[in-house]
Amino acid sequence: MALITLTINGKRHTVEVSSDTPLLWVLRDTLGLTGTKYGCGAAQCGSCTVLLNGDAIRSCVTTIGDCQGKAVTTIEGLSADSTHALQKAWIEDDVPQCGYCQSGQIMAAAALLATHPHPTDQQIDEAMQGILCRCGTYPRIRRAIHKAATQKGGKS
Amino acid sequence: MNIPTNLSRRDFIKVSSAAGAGLMLSFYLPSKGETLGPASDASPFAPNAWLKIDTDGIVTITVARSEMGQGVLTSMPMIVAEELEADWKNVRVEQAISHPTKYGSMSTGGSFSVRGSWQTLRNAGAAARELLIAAAAQIWSVETSACRAANGMVVHPSGKKLGYGELASKAATMHVPTSLRLKEPKDFKILGKRFKKLDSPSKVNGSAKFGIDIRVPGMLFASIERCPVFGGKVASFDASKAKALPGVRDVVQIDSGIAVIATSTWTAFQGRKALVVQWDEGQYASQNSEAIWKSFEDASKSKGSIDDYAGDAEGALTTAAKKVEAVYRAPLIAHAPMEPMNCVADVRSDRCEIWVPTQSPQQVQGEAARILGFPLDKVKVNVTLIGGAFGRRLQTDYSADAVRVSKAIGAPVSVVWTREDDMQHDWYRPCTYNVLKAGLDNEGWPAAWLHRVVGPGSRGLVVGGSTPPYAIPNFVVDSHIEDIGVQIGAWRSVGPSQNGFVVESFMDELAFAAKKDPFEYRRHLLARSPRLRRALEVAAEKANWGKPLPAGVGRGIAAVESFGSAVAEVFEASVEKGGKVKIHRVVVAVDCGPVVNPDTLEAQVGGGIVLSLSSILKDEITIAKGRVEQSNFDNYRILTIDEMPKVEVHIIPSTEPVGGIGEPGLPPVAPALCNAIFAATGKRIRRLPIKPADLQ
Repeated sequence: MALITLTINGKRHTVEVSSDTPLLWVLRDTLGLTGTKYGCGAAQCGSCTVLLNGDAIRSCVTTIGDCQGKAVTTIEGLSADSTHALQKAWIEDDVPQCGYCQSGQIMAAAALLATHPHPTDQQIDEAMQGILCRCGTYPRIRRAIHKAATQKGGKS
Repeated sequence: MNIPTNLSRRDFIKVSSAAGAGLMLSFYLPSKGETLGPASDASPFAPNAWLKIDTDGIVTITVARSEMGQGVLTSMPMIVAEELEADWKNVRVEQAISHPTKYGSMSTGGSFSVRGSWQTLRNAGAAARELLIAAAAQIWSVETSACRAANGMVVHPSGKKLGYGELASKAATMHVPTSLRLKEPKDFKILGKRFKKLDSPSKVNGSAKFGIDIRVPGMLFASIERCPVFGGKVASFDASKAKALPGVRDVVQIDSGIAVIATSTWTAFQGRKALVVQWDEGQYASQNSEAIWKSFEDASKSKGSIDDYAGDAEGALTTAAKKVEAVYRAPLIAHAPMEPMNCVADVRSDRCEIWVPTQSPQQVQGEAARILGFPLDKVKVNVTLIGGAFGRRLQTDYSADAVRVSKAIGAPVSVVWTREDDMQHDWYRPCTYNVLKAGLDNEGWPAAWLHRVVGPGSRGLVVGGSTPPYAIPNFVVDSHIEDIGVQIGAWRSVGPSQNGFVVESFMDELAFAAKKDPFEYRRHLLARSPRLRRALEVAAEKANWGKPLPAGVGRGIAAVESFGSAVAEVFEASVEKGGKVKIHRVVVAVDCGPVVNPDTLEAQVGGGIVLSLSSILKDEITIAKGRVEQSNFDNYRILTIDEMPKVEVHIIPSTEPVGGIGEPGLPPVAPALCNAIFAATGKRIRRLPIKPADLQ
């Protein structure tokens, strides 16, 4: 067991867990932030994607020890009221079907827009191809990312 | 359209006051396969659906089907709201709690939710609208015929208007009129229009609660080590190392294996790794895929039991001018929904509460009651949002796990399967071995069609959708159902998922053998199936069938009627060096009768295509030493965003009865793509999934 301090969605947290615990399970089971999803546990599906110091990472294979002193953003912290440009575009295009992978999709897209405010289709492919969707929302994800990129006022 | 309600008034729709005040309508939705005949005087009124209008104008309907991404929590309210002339902003939906009888069947499957409820939901909306109009007319002392309902209000030409909330309590005292006026489709404001799903906002901010997100006070987490071989049992186990891990609370043996109970999911997973278990692997310990295919091939040499036939196929084959024969193989495939199997159960001494992402809440309830020895009414099942299902969550193995563990430890518990558990203990789409023989007459038209199917599971899962829809005077379908020691279940689109591939690929072979255009060949043979023929024609027309394509690109077509809808698809494809398939265009024509929400329809069709393409272009489930060899998304790969083709969906305006839309888009995918590959390369795919080596 170790005491790990990190910032999650702008708030400082100190958790007492084994330092090899994946960030995913600290978020979900220790802190109750269940918006980040478990899909594979092996960095194969991307449902657990969150931002670590602004980079999209797989929280299922990132240990909490490696998050010491860093800033984590989860889907719950992307905006206070679903007003991030991506969330607005996602709602406008009614992207989700079952919805389970969508937190990971949106967080990966947020990291993409932070570095490429107007991504090409190829850049979307590269950034998003590791985030699996079984329902078939891919065309709408692409459309919503382009839409969010063109909207003004989106925080990223 | 006017429909008499002399039955409805007494048997189908009941009016009462909502709790407190307001209007409550109770009505009856038929189950799958059930038709509503005249009720006898003796039969008690047993409503299974509710429409409530509160005094604040909020309209709530209770939905007894599960939401798994198909939009049922939105489509069913849309149907009511249309006839009710409700203000969509004020429409709410409530998920029903499981009840053994109150709702009829609560199962979500067979693309049945909308087609099973369409007429009744419209009737209920119309009945409520007429009650509200009658209430307003009485208040104003005017004729009901002078009043009309619009946008959540009743209005009168004089300018008087009253909102539904203001009228609800009064409406509850009125009688359902003797005949109901249903709206003409041309007057629809909601049905057939693009509406956003009501649950989508919760799915973009992390607030949507899936089964895996349920948290109950005092809840622990558990993970179960299962025998890797189906049907195997625990011989002995040593849990001392697992129990020594900080956070592990207990280790118990249950029917399905060894459960590690801990304070977090991760700790439970770690505890499993520390278990030492000796398995009795049982009779399937040496099962493997080659042996399964060999046994199917052997079985196919003898006649099976006849599933469907017309004329004398064997006789017609012997006298045919030309014969065509082929063997088709469809693989085992997994559901692999993104949310792994999970369930929360809280078993007390005299009752049990369950939270579960399920397509079968009543089966969950019945199974729990049986395990616990409780009466059904002591088991409460809450249906959560579902992170993908595709038929997997018709099973109750994962909810039984949670019930058994909670009972053993006396605390609420969330049992979470790992992805590996999910992949290796699924109920797989059956693998089938298909021997096809056809005889063509002098002009190339099929005079005989023989299809022998060998597969595991049940006849319905193996044979469903195998009857050719074409005018073939002599045909026979026979089958052998073989036990292979692998759990078999329904996979989105069920029998047609593999038989669409087999039938529509073989049809293409016949067209080729007859030297006829595969579209014209099918069209000619569908003269007596106008609905499927129309879908075929629309798909061909929209896809510019017959127009030249770039070198190396081929077009393929397939048409399948399933779950009450007719769907035809045209694929354009080429094969790159190395055997990789490239899809250039996908055109879909759908006739599902009246359309509730075209936006959802497109999402469902596109979704079916992605799910299907993963099973065609990626990996199959294989067995070695009695075990499923695939374990995670690295060796059971699914389509990624960069591989998703553009899909054009054309909805055919239709007056046909309402059909399903969750599944019918899938069956034509494999044959249309494989037929396109044949057109491009001359190589016929008779075994799925397609491997690059097949096309090099």
